Amino acid sequence: MQQGDKPAFGVRAAEIVVAAGFLALGALVMFDSARLGFGWKEDGPQAGYFPFYIGAIICGSALVNLVAALVAAKGKDRTFVEAGQLKLVLSVLVPTAVYVGLIGWIGIYVASALFVALFMRWLGKYTWWKVAAVSVSNSVVFFLIFEVWFRIPLPKGPLEALLGLN
Amino acid sequence: MDEIQSLLQGFAIALTLKNVMLMFTGIILGVIIGVLPGLGGANGVAILLPLTFSMAQAPGGTTSAIILLSCIYWGALFGGAITSILFNIPGEPWSVATTFDGYPLAQQGRAGAALTASFTSSFVGALVAVIVITFLSPIVASFALEFGPPEFFSVYLLTFCAFVGMSKEPPFKTLATMMLGFALAAVGTDPVTGTLRLTFGSTHLLTGFDFLIAVIGLFGIGEILLTLEEGLAFKGAQAKMNMKVVLETWKELPKYWLTSIRSSVVGCFMGIVPGGATPASFMSYGVARRFSKDGDKFGTGMVEGVVAPETAAHAAGTAALLPMLTLGVPGSPTAAVLLGGLLIWGLQPGPLLFVEQKDFVWGLIASMYLGNIVGLIVVLTCVPLFAAILRVPFSVIAPIIMVICAIGAYTVHNSMFDVWMMLVFGVLGYAFKKLQYPLAPLVLAIVLGDRAESSFRQAMLVSQGDMTVFFSNALVGSLTGLALFLLFWPVIALLIARLGRASA
Repeated sequence: MQQGDKPAFGVRAAEIVVAAGFLALGALVMFDSARLGFGWKEDGPQAGYFPFYIGAIICGSALVNLVAALVAAKGKDRTFVEAGQLKLVLSVLVPTAVYVGLIGWIGIYVASALFVALFMRWLGKYTWWKVAAVSVSNSVVFFLIFEVWFRIPLPKGPLEALLGLN
Repeated sequence: MDEIQSLLQGFAIALTLKNVMLMFTGIILGVIIGVLPGLGGANGVAILLPLTFSMAQAPGGTTSAIILLSCIYWGALFGGAITSILFNIPGEPWSVATTFDGYPLAQQGRAGAALTASFTSSFVGALVAVIVITFLSPIVASFALEFGPPEFFSVYLLTFCAFVGMSKEPPFKTLATMMLGFALAAVGTDPVTGTLRLTFGSTHLLTGFDFLIAVIGLFGIGEILLTLEEGLAFKGAQAKMNMKVVLETWKELPKYWLTSIRSSVVGCFMGIVPGGATPASFMSYGVARRFSKDGDKFGTGMVEGVVAPETAAHAAGTAALLPMLTLGVPGSPTAAVLLGGLLIWGLQPGPLLFVEQKDFVWGLIASMYLGNIVGLIVVLTCVPLFAAILRVPFSVIAPIIMVICAIGAYTVHNSMFDVWMMLVFGVLGYAFKKLQYPLAPLVLAIVLGDRAESSFRQAMLVSQGDMTVFFSNALVGSLTGLALFLLFWPVIALLIARLGRASA
């Protein structure tokens, strides 16, 4: 952890965002349950009966958490995440999102190889031959485990089609 | 003694070559999972669950499948201690208390002693818990056969209220994540009337949220993101393990028999009541420190300080399977994943399991004895190997774990939508962990949501909407009463503290 790194944002802000998110979600659940009916019909409770109260409890506890965050002394706010840490986390999260997006396009094996390679090269600063060896063999091992051994088909792309592995 | 006879039959089932091989595979996989950051008992089992789908379809296959998965769980329990002692990184939340004395011991060059003590006490804790399961679960199950919907709902209520009352997180945060779990469980088809709920016209949401996806995201991706914050380097002590160290430590261990007994009791209790392994390990560390004559030396590297939390964590982790098997109410997130596995394989957890699936139940219980023996042998002999995994740099291991999580999420339903959801749950898990929103009640609520709702609605149907059905007889009344007591425990505790201060 770098010292004296400036906070990206504080715990208070994060608490407020999460509590507000819970509140919105609870309201959404109550709204949809009300649409289905949360009362009592001759054949028993309606479909929205149980979720409606779940939504109500979410809203209630979210309100308590929200108020607790709002009244918390601003001066005593702690750091939720430091700028440097946030950068590190995002530098993993964003490539991961891109990776998940790529799976549908080029198949999980090629995407995984690229993903591992990117990590090793960018964060680990490995030489290219090490990067290539680890990332390719990783995908090959997974291919053998899933497609050959357990016969569980994973998403495949153009490369597998080219190699006739589909 | 019916139990002994059933257990012997169970051993006959568990001791086939195939099942013993699966035990070894499970334990080794489990230890690796426990050692790796971002992979733990709950999400490790969740990721490997799809691999058992085809295995479970063969005759007797469900027993083999549960043996594999439960051994992964035991392995993960063992593995957590390795990272705590050698690297001061708790691989699992329940091994945090093990770092207090385990890491100082390793720094003094006594890593071998610390590891031997921790593995042996894990084994003792698990053994006590399995004995409790062997003799207590048939009684609980036959008792629970009489349960109707109100009784089952009150057991669920008790489980969830216990989380609010006993977790160290703020009660309203516990309540919020728990209800989020129920809301996620409600998405999709209403189990009673078949109406679509909370799908908002999306076809992806028709089948609802799968708890496996939530577990992989919350515990896997979330954990990786948290680990990243701490930086990328692991610095660890070397472990010298040989027969001499093991035997010397074993000579020392009987001294701590009282600590072991106390910790086993704490662990079994916390495991059966859904408190879980993590609070059990802290509690038993605290108890041991208070009662030990070397109490003030705790934290500087006392073997006793390793024995106490490890015994309790393993006892609790094992005992968590008792309510899972007998009542269908898991005591920990990993037990919840195992319960989900039973449901997927077409078994109905609960008291009937002991009547209809005798082979399965007793095969599993027998495998718990054997699995822990196998586990002890594997970890005592292979520590340097497992520790070497942690010397693989994080920039290599992190993306591979991400890939494993993605594959795990995909294989649940062969759907890319699930992989995206896993990522969303990962970010949620990261934020929740940092803000002290507990994850265990969320997972348990997703797993139990539909069943809790069904039993609630059935009870309401019988009573025609009269809530007093939950107090209609002594059994259901005391369960509900206890649940409410636990729910309001934070308030009660506050009042007691106030009164105490006022009178002082």
